Amino acid sequence: MELDPNEHALHNAPFLWRTPEPKKSYEAIIVGGGLHGLATAYYLAKNHGMTDIAVVERGWLGNGNAVRNTTIIRSNYLWDESAAMYEHALKLWETLSDELDYDVMFSQRGVLNLAHNLHDVRESIRRVEANRLNGVDAEWLDADAVKEFCPIVDISPEARYPVMGATLQRRGGIARHDAVVFALGRAADALGVDLIQGCEVTGIDVVDGRVTGLQTSKGPIAAGKVGLVTAGRTSLLTAMAGFDLPIQSHPLQALVSEVYEQVLNCVVMSNAVHVYVSQAHKGELVMGAGIDAFNSYAQRGGLHVIEEQMSAGMELFPQFSRARVMRTWGGIVDVCPDASPIVGLTPVENLYVNCGWGTGGFKATPGSGWVMAHTIATGEPHELNRPFSMTRFETGELIDEHGAAAVAH
Amino acid sequence: MFEIRCPYCGPRDEPEFKYGGQAHVAYPADPELLSDEEWARFLFVRDNSRGRYAERWNHAAGCRRWFNVIRDTGTHELVGSYRVGEQPEDAR
Repeated sequence: MELDPNEHALHNAPFLWRTPEPKKSYEAIIVGGGLHGLATAYYLAKNHGMTDIAVVERGWLGNGNAVRNTTIIRSNYLWDESAAMYEHALKLWETLSDELDYDVMFSQRGVLNLAHNLHDVRESIRRVEANRLNGVDAEWLDADAVKEFCPIVDISPEARYPVMGATLQRRGGIARHDAVVFALGRAADALGVDLIQGCEVTGIDVVDGRVTGLQTSKGPIAAGKVGLVTAGRTSLLTAMAGFDLPIQSHPLQALVSEVYEQVLNCVVMSNAVHVYVSQAHKGELVMGAGIDAFNSYAQRGGLHVIEEQMSAGMELFPQFSRARVMRTWGGIVDVCPDASPIVGLTPVENLYVNCGWGTGGFKATPGSGWVMAHTIATGEPHELNRPFSMTRFETGELIDEHGAAAVAH
Repeated sequence: MFEIRCPYCGPRDEPEFKYGGQAHVAYPADPELLSDEEWARFLFVRDNSRGRYAERWNHAAGCRRWFNVIRDTGTHELVGSYRVGEQPEDAR
């Protein structure tokens, strides 16, 4: 049989989604084709039957923080509101691959949060109890049990910050970030959502306090409802609609090493030493930590921040001293004063925001999309995102996850 | 890593400094007269624009004094520094 090179699978592999030009109008438009935007569109179509919708994305799908994170998934947050939100997301992660018929490589390998001093120990045990009361799986391990669960962690008492124990969420883990983009994009497209790439929003049309459409690099598009799901660039968009949010945009950097054989069997996080480490399916060690302190839209930060992460990683895993960095990156994260997101209504009618996920948005992806879709479809927040309104900064009902969320922000 | 010019000590590496956020945010003259919305704005809302931005830095590992910097949040270009009490036009 003669082989036609064009018949090769790589040449004829089906595209995961169409590349449509925008229609003149949509029932709803999601601004931002990242993970949360795609999840919002998917659940709008699936849960609420809204298929006359579009996602507009200035670059290409999943080119921002979707590919600039450390893929850690967990729900062991201290406060009730956060635990409910992230646990809802975690439950969705557990069935996402089956539901989307695409393997997002969600691996529930367990998340350890190390305690290095007496205060850490007390806070950790408190969080374990709070998690259990909220139906979130959580365990307290002493140092020997930590060593048993994760043999390569250094628990020697001579360490500068000795490991005194850890919390463990066994259902936590990592997923494959690209696969999540592909899975959600394909599923949304299949339900009829127009995914419009290379389409930058340049203006938001507001008439009599109500949103009527968008000005874009592909021309004006009318919309009954608009959802802004644009992470670090949200302030730039809300400014177009005439209001601002208590958000500051910062670079958040992370790094991967070269590929090694599997040596790290779980996710290890540490507040006191301040690093979180996992090993990707392919074998790279993935490390992240805190933001660069200054405001930025430039998707890069200082090398000294990477250096601090690596020295923290070395403290926990001395054997990584000869591992070599392959790549570092920075994403722009939108940080709220209480380190919790804003998901809900805005001063402009039919305009909704989903932002402020800051340094921890990846894990929330399906839950975030679920509640945002509910909010857009019904015009009212879902029970889960009601506490995450922008009015909490006036009422004082903050959800203060700074330091409480099992990670230092 | 930035090289930031401290108006008192001269140019130094960024790790010597602590960031202080938006500059020129005045404490309200009559805080008791503010509505909850206005107080929330003062407490929580800061300019988050892309472009030239006036911000505070503290030379924590040096003279420990606060000063202001004009920096571009889109490009990281450091336009200049000036002392507290001076205006953005004085940046150099």
